[in-house]
Amino acid sequence: MDGNLVSGGSVSVTRAEETPMEETRLQRHIRAPWRGLALWLLGIPATLVGLWFLTVVSMITSFVGVLLFPSAAMLLRTQLDAYRIRINRWTDAKIQRPYLPEGEIEPGLNGMFKRFIALIKDPATWRDYLWVVVDPCVTVFTAALPGLLILYGLWGYTLAPFTGGLIGHYGGSDWYAYIPIVDSLSLDAGRFVSTFTIATVCIVVGYLIGPKMLNVYGQWGRFILGPTRKSELALRVQHLTETRSDAVDASAAELRRIERDLHDGAQARLVAMGMSLGAIEHLLDKDPEKARTLLAETRESSAKALHELRDLVRGIHPPVLADRGIADAVKALGLDHPLRVEVDADLPARPEPPVESAAYFAVSELLTNAAKHSGASRVWIDLRYESGMLRITVTDDGRGGATMTNGTGLRGIERRIGTFDGVLALSSPVGGPTIVTMELPCALSSPKTSPS
Amino acid sequence: MRVVIAEDLALLRAGLVSLLETHDFEIAAAVDNGPSLLKALLDHRPDVAVVDVRLPPSFTDEGLQAALEARRRVPGMPILVLSQYVEQLYARELLADGSGGIGYLLKDRVFDAAQFVDAVRRVAAGGTAMDPEVISRLVASNTRDTPLSRLTPRETEVLELMAQGRSNAAIAERLVVTERAVTKHTANIFTKLDLPVTGDDNRRVLAVLAYLNR
Repeated sequence: MDGNLVSGGSVSVTRAEETPMEETRLQRHIRAPWRGLALWLLGIPATLVGLWFLTVVSMITSFVGVLLFPSAAMLLRTQLDAYRIRINRWTDAKIQRPYLPEGEIEPGLNGMFKRFIALIKDPATWRDYLWVVVDPCVTVFTAALPGLLILYGLWGYTLAPFTGGLIGHYGGSDWYAYIPIVDSLSLDAGRFVSTFTIATVCIVVGYLIGPKMLNVYGQWGRFILGPTRKSELALRVQHLTETRSDAVDASAAELRRIERDLHDGAQARLVAMGMSLGAIEHLLDKDPEKARTLLAETRESSAKALHELRDLVRGIHPPVLADRGIADAVKALGLDHPLRVEVDADLPARPEPPVESAAYFAVSELLTNAAKHSGASRVWIDLRYESGMLRITVTDDGRGGATMTNGTGLRGIERRIGTFDGVLALSSPVGGPTIVTMELPCALSSPKTSPS
Repeated sequence: MRVVIAEDLALLRAGLVSLLETHDFEIAAAVDNGPSLLKALLDHRPDVAVVDVRLPPSFTDEGLQAALEARRRVPGMPILVLSQYVEQLYARELLADGSGGIGYLLKDRVFDAAQFVDAVRRVAAGGTAMDPEVISRLVASNTRDTPLSRLTPRETEVLELMAQGRSNAAIAERLVVTERAVTKHTANIFTKLDLPVTGDDNRRVLAVLAYLNR
């Protein structure tokens, strides 16, 4: 679960990645050389796409070139995503897509031209091309090297006993490393043994350096295929712009709701009470009995107004949250909830109030979801603070099958905590259980001093 | 009966003082913040205290904390907690020691002077006074499989009123039945909740606790 969380700033914060199986060291060493070769072979389609890209670029002065350029650039991107996915999966390097965000695609000639300019101005487009050109050479000396060494060793094994002379005869290379193989090796014990030794060394070294070389390759991949400082900032700006407008929208909607609640509720009741009091004043002498009933009604009305105000305030800033912080506030939520809720909290101190509030309402909504959709009977909530993150896990034993999009409101929660660079990950296989994990980066205030 | 009052709004504090004075309470101290509340409770050892949850200097649950601390040092000190809001969490914390003499009411209940003074007296006598709002929220969220689900609707109703701190007579009057019928219901409740046979008052508190802890 946890490995899937990508910290904020990237475009796609929640990705439904499959969790890679944890490999043993041995497995890594055995697999790495072949992965390196696979990366090398990826160069073949990549080079073809690169050639097409170059062709389109050469036509760029003509209308056809302008017309084809976006599609060629996109094709190149998709092709190189294959590298990114494999490097992310196989090496320690983590590469994000570096491309500058594209705005809305406008229809018509004008929009097409704008897109062309945007793509041609994106340095990542040209870095992609650089990759296609340079990578095959780099791969040979990094990722593919172990695999090639092993193949060379195997080649030595087959040469050693018998085929040396044959190859020499048909005009192949006369040497294996420094050993002449023109004559059949099997006739000369010394040369046989050294060939065998070199072959073995090649294979062993190949397996030994496999993972290391893959990681070196990963670094290289991140250098060219990853975001540059500039595009990182551009991506960050885009993320912030999106979350900021989400935050503004959300708080505006909230204010509208509060205004409406006050207008229809407490305010209306106060007006009614004022009128009743006027009537009572009028009736006091003429019909004391009637005044008395009206008075009771007015008192009732004032109690209702108070009640409504109380609910309203609870919705804005829950009292327990204000008094005690997120842990106890979530416990209080659990107590008021129809399902059986178990809360386990381990927080050394309180997070900043806005983060607390966002986390609280997120949990509140998740609980509402669980009660409404999941068919669960129990819910477990776990709150802890680890390496600068407030991590909240909400698990229910319901029927599962929840997605981010099917009306569960998860997208809304994600957006709301996104304002604080928080991320949300969902795991909900059909049949349950549903696990929602949220992580919010935040600082903790110093532990609250006891009031006594 | 000596009483300590803690309320930070001067107007409300004065109101409480005059209300309780007219009902023959003796005001031992009326304070407006958490630390001096704890001091007053420990110095005066009042027969009952009326305490606002939210008090300066922190304006969080200072009053509640002081009340809990005082009861830790003087077990069973009768305290009636007043608040703008009632929370199940706080209700449980107040009742957790199981020694009774606890009240937890919304501030609006002060409007009805007679009922409020009645609640103060009940708490002073070692009973409980839970706000109907706490109780109704409990009922709303209580759909789980617990010993409480064994109670009949009528018994649940009786337990609700008992949790509010009402006597059998008051419950009978409220439900329009005879007091004997209520006694029968309470006996059933005690049996169904497996409560030990001890003094009636203590069992009533335990029943409420069971109710809250589900």
